[in-house]
Amino acid sequence: MKKTNRRKKAVLLAAAMALVFAGIYACGILIPEQGVAGSFLNAKLPPCIEHPFGTDALGRDLLLRTLKGLSLSITIGLAASAISAIIALLVGIAAATGSKGADSLINWLIDLVMGVPHTILIILISFALGRGLKGLLAGIAATHWCSLARLIRGEVLQLRSQPYVAVSRKLGKSSAWILTHHLLPHLVPQFLVGLVLMFPHAILHEAAISFLGFGLAPEQPAIGIILAESMRYLSTGMWWMAMLPGLTLALLVLQIDKLGECLGMILDPYSAQE
Amino acid sequence: MKRPITRLAARFTRHSPPCPFTNRQVGRAQAIHKKSRRAPLVRSLCGAALKILSLLLAVTIISFGLVTASPTDPVGQYILGLGTAVSPEQRAEIADYWGVGQPPAERYIAWLSQLFQGNLGESAIFRRPVAEVIGQRFANSLALMLCAWILAGITGLALGCVMGMYQGRLPDRLLKKLCYFLSSVPAFWLGLVLLLVFAVWLKWFPIGFSAPLGMLGQEVTLWQKLYHLVLPGFTLSLTSFANIALHTRQKLVNVLNSEYALFARARGEGPLTLLFRHGLRNILLPALTLQFASFGELFGGSVLAENVFSYPGLGSAVSAAGLQGDVPLLLGITLFSALFVCVGNGIANLLYGVIDPQIWEVGK
Repeated sequence: MKKTNRRKKAVLLAAAMALVFAGIYACGILIPEQGVAGSFLNAKLPPCIEHPFGTDALGRDLLLRTLKGLSLSITIGLAASAISAIIALLVGIAAATGSKGADSLINWLIDLVMGVPHTILIILISFALGRGLKGLLAGIAATHWCSLARLIRGEVLQLRSQPYVAVSRKLGKSSAWILTHHLLPHLVPQFLVGLVLMFPHAILHEAAISFLGFGLAPEQPAIGIILAESMRYLSTGMWWMAMLPGLTLALLVLQIDKLGECLGMILDPYSAQE
Repeated sequence: MKRPITRLAARFTRHSPPCPFTNRQVGRAQAIHKKSRRAPLVRSLCGAALKILSLLLAVTIISFGLVTASPTDPVGQYILGLGTAVSPEQRAEIADYWGVGQPPAERYIAWLSQLFQGNLGESAIFRRPVAEVIGQRFANSLALMLCAWILAGITGLALGCVMGMYQGRLPDRLLKKLCYFLSSVPAFWLGLVLLLVFAVWLKWFPIGFSAPLGMLGQEVTLWQKLYHLVLPGFTLSLTSFANIALHTRQKLVNVLNSEYALFARARGEGPLTLLFRHGLRNILLPALTLQFASFGELFGGSVLAENVFSYPGLGSAVSAAGLQGDVPLLLGITLFSALFVCVGNGIANLLYGVIDPQIWEVGK
């Protein structure tokens, strides 16, 4: 039997990860609200067979809460990183194909957003929108587009100096035609990989901001909120409340990173044949 | 007819001009070149200063706009903070002082002119001028960030060197895994774990705060302060050192794969000599620049670290200000953090010009 090559391995790995990812998401969605509501009889239980992650101070099962929290994180992360990726794409293209003035304006704008620490900017935006989901989404989307926009701008600048673009312009093709036929196809791998790699960042920021109390409401099962609650019980030795949900989140983020790498290997024509 | 884009494109035009630029353009380019040769450093300094000023001004506009758009009522929060009942007349007086009812642009200009006079307003939570609160809290935050910054820089550089020297072998692979793990873990969670292990279980370090409880500020010794700094500082450094280590590794791998490194090895230089003679000189500058450019992340990370360890710095003040609707403090800290990041980025830019000998050559 022929050995599977690296490309096939990457495809398989990516598929498996996407499957696990979808599984976690489905779990979180399918768990009913009653499943999370606990009773005071089994409050503060350490991890056991019935409750693999233990229970919290209100007797709720932490595994179920964590799963629900993860699916919420995935939703928010996906939405926020999709919005900011689209902003990045538009801004990057506008900066690189527009006039010199537009380019320097957009560079200035990127410097502006990078100039305020992201955590502080998200706090401000969340404060402006009265906290909650809306503020969180807007804050994460508004702060995460910069690095991808820079990347895309650089890529477009480089592509524009290619001979085939110049030839095509001399042949009388319009800018829009060149954009859709010569520039965008090259940007697809960059864009998709950038989107996937932005995703863990968005999730981590979501958890951090919820942890600080600016994100979701305290009754919602977000990872940040579970961790913020666990702070209160840390000194009494309830280690499972802090340890296990955080570790699950870290594993999810690592997995997405790996997925992004695999996707990059599959999509990038330079490394696709390795 | 459109001007040719590149030389190659010029070949495709039927009547390609001998030189794509007009005389005036050439003259202007020469003039600019002469000017830039005369005083490159002064020019770049002026440009950087202008840019920083424009950025800071934009930050004031945006943050003021965001705070104005907030549904939180600053007057109500201020009165709530007073803790006493106020008569309607007093309330109207306070509302008048805050400029309620005036258009936002007018309020912004009034606020900005006060800002230029050094008046940041009074904090609603702390009942003291914002500038005073920021000054005091920043001293604490600075100690924390400086510790973390130096620790992250040194460990990042050292680990990066080790990874680069053992490229592809076991230490490299292990450390790379560790770096990837650390950069994909929420920083505040690491802080919680450290707190749990070292403060709750092993009882080596205190659970939080910058000084022992129940002591007056004057009685706290430097040693006690440092002792309280260890865990938060370590947590904060964990978030940024992976980035530096991975960058350093990449740079060192590039250097060691170069031909001059091969020649040096052929001359009989050992790995350590190679590192000190050829590696470090090439690595130090990018690492240092990266360090200064990471001020933003450092500040953002300190917000989380300070909240985990109840450390009384700017980070815990900003989250308290945001949660309790203390508008003057929130605005003040936002501006201050933007200034802090700008200074870091400015230093990073200048370092490139001052230290890098390749840029000197161009300057001459």
